[in-house]
Amino acid sequence: MTSTLQTPRPESGASPIASSLRGRQLPRWAPRALVAAAVVLALVGVFGPLGSWLVLVGWCVAAVIPIWSLAVEGRRKATDRLVTLLVSTAFAITLFPLGSILATVISRGAPVLSNEFFTYSMRNIVGEGGGIYHALMGTLLITAAAAAISIPIGLFTAIYLIEYGEGTRLAAWIRFLVDVMTGIPSIVAGLFAYALFVIFFGPGVRMGIGGAVALSVLMIPVVVRSCEEMLKLVPNELREASYALGVPKWRTIVKVVLPTALAGIVTGVTLAIARVIGETAPLLVIAGLTDSVNLNLFDGRMATLPVFTYFSIIVPGVPPGPSIDRAWGAALVLLIIVMLLNLGARLVSYFFSPKGER
Amino acid sequence: MTSTQSPERRRTTPTRPGDRIFRGTSLAAALLILATLAGVAVFLTAEGIPGILASPDDVKHGTTFVDYVVPLVFGTLLAAVLALTMAVPLAIGVALFISHYAPRKLAAPLGYVIDLLAAVPSVVYGVWGISFLAPALVPLYRWLEENLGFIPLFAGPASATGRTILTASIVLAVMVLPVITAICREIFLQTPRLHEEAALALGATRWEMARLAIFPYARSGIISASMLGLGRALGETMAVAMVLSASGVVTFNLISSTNPSTIAANIALTFNEATGLTVNALIASGLVLFVITFGVNFAARAIVDRRKDFSGAN
Amino acid sequence: MAKSIDVSDLDIYYGDFLAVEGVTIPIAARSVTAFIGPSGCGKSTFLRSLNRMHEVIRGARVEGKVLIDGQDLYADDMDPVNVRRLIGMVFQRPNPFPTMSIAENVLAGQRLNSKRMKKKEADEIVERSLRSAGLWNEVKDRLDRPGSGLSGGQQQRLCIARAIATQPEVLLMDEPCSALDPISTSIIEDLIHELKTDYTIVIVTHNMQQAARVSDTTAFFNLAGVGQPGKLVEHGDTSTMFSNPADPATEAYIQGRFG
Repeated sequence: MTSTLQTPRPESGASPIASSLRGRQLPRWAPRALVAAAVVLALVGVFGPLGSWLVLVGWCVAAVIPIWSLAVEGRRKATDRLVTLLVSTAFAITLFPLGSILATVISRGAPVLSNEFFTYSMRNIVGEGGGIYHALMGTLLITAAAAAISIPIGLFTAIYLIEYGEGTRLAAWIRFLVDVMTGIPSIVAGLFAYALFVIFFGPGVRMGIGGAVALSVLMIPVVVRSCEEMLKLVPNELREASYALGVPKWRTIVKVVLPTALAGIVTGVTLAIARVIGETAPLLVIAGLTDSVNLNLFDGRMATLPVFTYFSIIVPGVPPGPSIDRAWGAALVLLIIVMLLNLGARLVSYFFSPKGER
Repeated sequence: MTSTQSPERRRTTPTRPGDRIFRGTSLAAALLILATLAGVAVFLTAEGIPGILASPDDVKHGTTFVDYVVPLVFGTLLAAVLALTMAVPLAIGVALFISHYAPRKLAAPLGYVIDLLAAVPSVVYGVWGISFLAPALVPLYRWLEENLGFIPLFAGPASATGRTILTASIVLAVMVLPVITAICREIFLQTPRLHEEAALALGATRWEMARLAIFPYARSGIISASMLGLGRALGETMAVAMVLSASGVVTFNLISSTNPSTIAANIALTFNEATGLTVNALIASGLVLFVITFGVNFAARAIVDRRKDFSGAN
Repeated sequence: MAKSIDVSDLDIYYGDFLAVEGVTIPIAARSVTAFIGPSGCGKSTFLRSLNRMHEVIRGARVEGKVLIDGQDLYADDMDPVNVRRLIGMVFQRPNPFPTMSIAENVLAGQRLNSKRMKKKEADEIVERSLRSAGLWNEVKDRLDRPGSGLSGGQQQRLCIARAIATQPEVLLMDEPCSALDPISTSIIEDLIHELKTDYTIVIVTHNMQQAARVSDTTAFFNLAGVGQPGKLVEHGDTSTMFSNPADPATEAYIQGRFG
């Protein structure tokens, strides 16, 4: 190696290296300008009056980059630019349904929202009027009950997995089955709750608490996973510091480990609630629908926002207009609740995580 | 193994009541989860068996259980596989965009945006699918019928409402996309920096770096992410129930108005009117769905776990 | 306060693996005993066995006796939690509780055990402990600020204050200065000098000069070979150990020929 370095360079000019490093390249402004043009065309296509075919035209403009590159820079660079284009296109395509959902739900749901919409139930309502008060209360009650069941079980399981069972075969199995449990279809959770309650209350049972049980089956694994992740992040040194002060293990967990992980746990639990609050299928099976306000989890059918939305649009009745409007309104309210929970979760983890080095 | 060495000492070390209670509670919670999982299987089986054994005369659908459930399984698999064919390439692209192509500062916010897609309730997807997406796709289906009608998939006649199995699959694809993206993104970000830098140092372009360093590392992760997405797509209920205009046939024709139904959607659509043994048959079909998704998830998780052992991470 | 420790023929196991073998050593009250030796020779493991902290690791156990004031720490009816209240510990990396303020950190030993006390009493403990740890003047105006906002050296002194707030008999220090800069190190070494009038101090250190500076007695640990258990090679008066060690391995280590 050293010998090649010492070989005197051929006298073929000042900098043979520099010339070999210099290749023909696209002008630096070219990709940016073309992408900008494509984005503008696409935006005009989506929001402007000229029609959505402009999006396709925009994409073709961007697609000029790899072709131009092939001509100027060669095949390898062109492939690289082509992949960049494809990957960005994939992201843009994904944004489309999100934007479309938000746009349609907001534009069709927002006009429906009114004071009456939030404060009236559907009792004795035919045609226009009425509201989602009963469904809103049902959703809140059932979700709260599900959270009351899931959070303790999920948290204690996470504590077992991290603090007591670490390294044991039982813990490994539980962890694995919790992972598998995250994949239980929501309708199956509903059927499970139904099959369970049929044993006690006979066929045809409908009950709010059954919905809470079904949602718990879906929520517990999510809570376990997120709590486990957070407990894992608590440095072992803190546990040792506490033990060294003569603090029993359970007090160490309650007073040192949990407070340190609190922000993360709250975030995880909030996201878990956000996940189940929009569940429809299990509630359709076990909680059913009613037009009246029912605040008793243990007494008969209970309306919920998702189920209300579903029936309002599938069986709108005659005339269908008002019912479909209510469906959009309920969908918007549900979407807002879910988005607020997601936002809240992020804010909690942003502001309340313990400061200082990890 | 180790405790055999000095059992006397281990046993006699006094434990505090607080510790014992706390340990017991947490163990009980963990065992309760196992019991729940077992309970799901046991109760569905107990309530499902009468439905499986019911004679055709006692149930609304008027066939044996096998004849009843096979078309549903077909529809479930067809919709899920179609959804996955669309979602997986797109999800890998999006994950790669977020992890390696987007500006570093934007990566986290863009990730949140995709996560929002996962947060949208399925009933909202249903409402959107039935009243926006399905009508919007009708012209496309007409075009497919006219120009590609010789392919059996697009034989038509094209549905006038757009509520076809293809539309349902597109909605499903959008729903499972964030699930697959999130896992792929994590795995792409975990690619050892040294591998990436080694590839770049050899003069690789960014795409060559992805092929040399990222994909080999992430292969099993992508497979298991796709399987988790598959599990999700198999079990998704409401969006399919609302979007799909089902008639329970077995066909590969994707754009016509007669479509196969799925297990989950069928339960949602018929459960409320069902009585007697028909309910049991529906629960039995739920059990079939549970077994299928359990198998898929089990396999996916097993792949993830095995990968953990090999990569030596953590 | 301050009691002596007598260790006789102590073996420490992790599962079936014998980590430290046959340690017999007296540790005098109101003195500083330093453990030195190459990495992995079991000096930290041995230190942790003195307040049963090694039991935190699954499968760890000991055979032999550790007597403090004639009482065996490993007797069947001994509660490890009570042992740790008697024998405090300071760790390699400063580890104040991130969710607690400076004052709460100092009181952690009492608070975490839900000991009730009056505000005045608590304030006294905070001030006394922080003064003993030489930190009072630096933090007295921000006692309610988080402990993690302090510098590394201050955090370590906060951890010392936290350990002595419960008034233990013995203070174990596991390489307390290895994560600190030279100035913080020298402050802590001065502090050890002052603390030994009240406490029995055992310190593990990688730094032979530090052992020579702070300790009265030095014990040298070594490995017989790879995969072999760690052993106590010899122990004795620090000045003797450093000037005229009995074992050639000790001399080789002290002169920097290995380790």
